Amino acid sequence: MEALLDSALRLAAPLLLAALGELLVERAGVLNIGVEGMMLTGAFAAFLAAVATGSPVFGVAAGAAAAGALGAVFAFFAVLWRIDQIVVGTAINLLALGATGLGIRALYPGGAPTAPTVPDLALPGLATLPIFGRSVFAQTPFVYGGALAATAIALFLRGTRLGLRLRAVGESARAADAEGVNVTALRICAVLCGAILAGVAGANLSLAQSNSFTEGMTAGRGFIALAVVIFGGWQPGGIALAAIFFGSASALQFRLQAGGVAIPYPLFLMFPYLVTLAVLAFATRRRLGPGDLARPYEREAG
Amino acid sequence: MTPRAAASTALGPVLSVLLALGMLSLALFVLGYAPLPALSALTSGAFGSGAAWTATLLKASPLLFTGLGVALSFRCGVWNIGAEGQLYAGALAATAVATRLLPRAPALVLAPLTTLSGAAGGALLAAIAGGLRAARGVSEVISTILLNFVAIQFVALAVHGPLQETSRAYPQSDALPGAALLPAVGRLHVGVAIAVALAFGVHLLISRTSLGFRMRAVGLSPTAARFAGISPERHALVSIAIAGALAGLAGAFEVAGVTERLYEGLSPGYGYTAIAVALLARLNPLAVVPAALFFGALEAGAGAMQRTAGVPSVVTQIVQGLVILVFVAIPFAGRRALVPGTPGDAAP
Repeated sequence: MEALLDSALRLAAPLLLAALGELLVERAGVLNIGVEGMMLTGAFAAFLAAVATGSPVFGVAAGAAAAGALGAVFAFFAVLWRIDQIVVGTAINLLALGATGLGIRALYPGGAPTAPTVPDLALPGLATLPIFGRSVFAQTPFVYGGALAATAIALFLRGTRLGLRLRAVGESARAADAEGVNVTALRICAVLCGAILAGVAGANLSLAQSNSFTEGMTAGRGFIALAVVIFGGWQPGGIALAAIFFGSASALQFRLQAGGVAIPYPLFLMFPYLVTLAVLAFATRRRLGPGDLARPYEREAG
Repeated sequence: MTPRAAASTALGPVLSVLLALGMLSLALFVLGYAPLPALSALTSGAFGSGAAWTATLLKASPLLFTGLGVALSFRCGVWNIGAEGQLYAGALAATAVATRLLPRAPALVLAPLTTLSGAAGGALLAAIAGGLRAARGVSEVISTILLNFVAIQFVALAVHGPLQETSRAYPQSDALPGAALLPAVGRLHVGVAIAVALAFGVHLLISRTSLGFRMRAVGLSPTAARFAGISPERHALVSIAIAGALAGLAGAFEVAGVTERLYEGLSPGYGYTAIAVALLARLNPLAVVPAALFFGALEAGAGAMQRTAGVPSVVTQIVQGLVILVFVAIPFAGRRALVPGTPGDAAP
C-alpha cells in the first residue's frame, strides 16, 4: 500500500507540473495542445545538459529553458499572429517528436548514456511519520515542486491582481481589454510559464522517473495533462487530485502487470480517459472551461 | 479553375514544402549528416523504382483517407484531432468481423462487409465526439484526443484478449481470411484507387451538394448558419461522422490490404500526419491527393534514407511540423510584407 502511494505520487508529479502549466495557459484563454512536444523537448534538453555538466539541477534548468523557447514559438504564432492554436500545437508536437528523435540518434548513435539523476529528498522529521511518512515525504523533489507550484498558482489566481486579470482575459478578452488589460502580453506570459512548467515535467521524466532519454518518452503524458486540467475543473486543487488519480491508475497498472494479475491492464490505462470523457459529458456548462478558451483575440479596428 | 489560378494556389504549399526541406537540410548539416545524399536517398526510396512507387502509394493511401476526413471536418469548423483513433476503431471493427464474426463467409460478402464495418467503427468513435459536442457543448479537440487513447487501448485489449490469434503466441489477431483481403495488383491493393475516387466524392459532396454547402456555412460562421436555419450542432456531428468513416476505411484497408493482421502500433501516426496533409491541401479535397502523396513519399523514402544515408527516419516528423508552421505563416508574413503596419487576419 505504501509502495503504491509512493509510486502513484511519483507518476503523478510530471502530470501535475505539466497540467498546472496548462492551467495558467487555459485560464488566459489559450489552448496549448503542444504540451506533449514541450514536455518532450524539456526531457531531451534536461538529459543533454545533465550529461554534459554532470549536474541534474542544471539539467532541470536547461529543460525549462528549452521548453520555454518552444513556448515562445507557440506564443509568436498562436498569440501574436493569431494563427489557429490547434494547428500550431499540432505542428509543435510533430516538430518536437522529430527533432528530439533525430537529435538523440545523431548525438548518441550507439545508444543514449545514463544521466545523473535528481536524488530523492527525505524531509527531516516528516519522513519518519508513521504509515505514509516515507511514501509522501521521502520523495523525488519534483513531487514537492508540484505541490509548491499548485499552492503558488492557487494563491496567484485567487489572491493577486495579476491573477484576476489573467482570469479576466480568459473569460472575456474583449471585456478585459476594455478594462485596460494588455491581453496579448498576458497571454504570452501565460504561454511561456506553461511551457516552462511542461519543460520541468519533462525533466522529471528523463532525470527522475528514468535516467536517460528515449525517443518519444513522454508517450502521451502531455495529452493526459490536458485531461488532468479538465478533470481538475480548471482549479489547482482539483488538478492536484486529478493528477494523483491518473498517477494511481498507472501505478496500479504497473503493479498488476508485474504481479501477473489476470485483469487486462489496458483497461486501467483506458480508465482515466473514459472518466475524463464522462466528467466532460456530465459537466454543467460552467465547468466547460474559461469562456474565451482557444479564441484568438483581435481588437476591432478603429 | 484556370491553370494560372491553380498555379498561384499551389505556390504556397510548394513554397512551404521547399522551405521545410531546406530547413531540414540545414539541420542535418549542423548535426553532421550530408544533406544532399540524404535527400537523394529519400527521393529514390520514394520514386526510384516500381517497388518504391508501390511503397509510396501504400503509405499515401491511409493519409489520403484520413486527410480527406480531417479536411471535411475542418471545413465544417470541427477540430477533429481524432483520425488516429478513428483509424484504429476501423481496423478493430474490420478485424473483428473478418476473423471472428464471419470468418467463413465468401469473398463476395466478406470483403465488402469488412470494409463497411471499418467505416462504421470509425464513424461510431467519431460520433461520440460529435454527439458530446452537439448535446453537451464539449470541445471536440479534447474529446477526440481522449478517444484516440481509448481506441488505442481498446485495440491493445482486443489483441491481448478476444481477438488474439488462436495460437496465443503474439499479441496480434489471426490473419484475416483470404476472402476478406482486398483485390490487389502485386502489393498495391484496390483501396488506393478507392481513396482517389473518394477524394472526388468528398469534393463533390462539399462543393456540389446542399449538405456540403450547409457544412461549409457552419464552418464559416456558426452564428450566421443558425440564423439561416442550419443547425451547427447537427452538421458538426454529420461532418465528424463522415470523417470518422473515412479514417475507419483507412484502418480497414490497412488490415485487409497491407498488414493482414491487427496489432498494437499498426499506424505510424497516420491520423496525426493527416492534419498536416489536410492543412497543406488548404482543406481542399482534390488537393489532398498531392498532399497525401507528398507525405506518403516522405514516409516511404525516409526508410530508404535511414538505410543508405544513415539519417534517422524520424526526420519525417520534423518536415511535417515545419511544413505546417511555414505554410500557415506564409499568408501572414506575405501580407505583412505587402502592407506594412496592418494586422493580418488569422490564418489559414
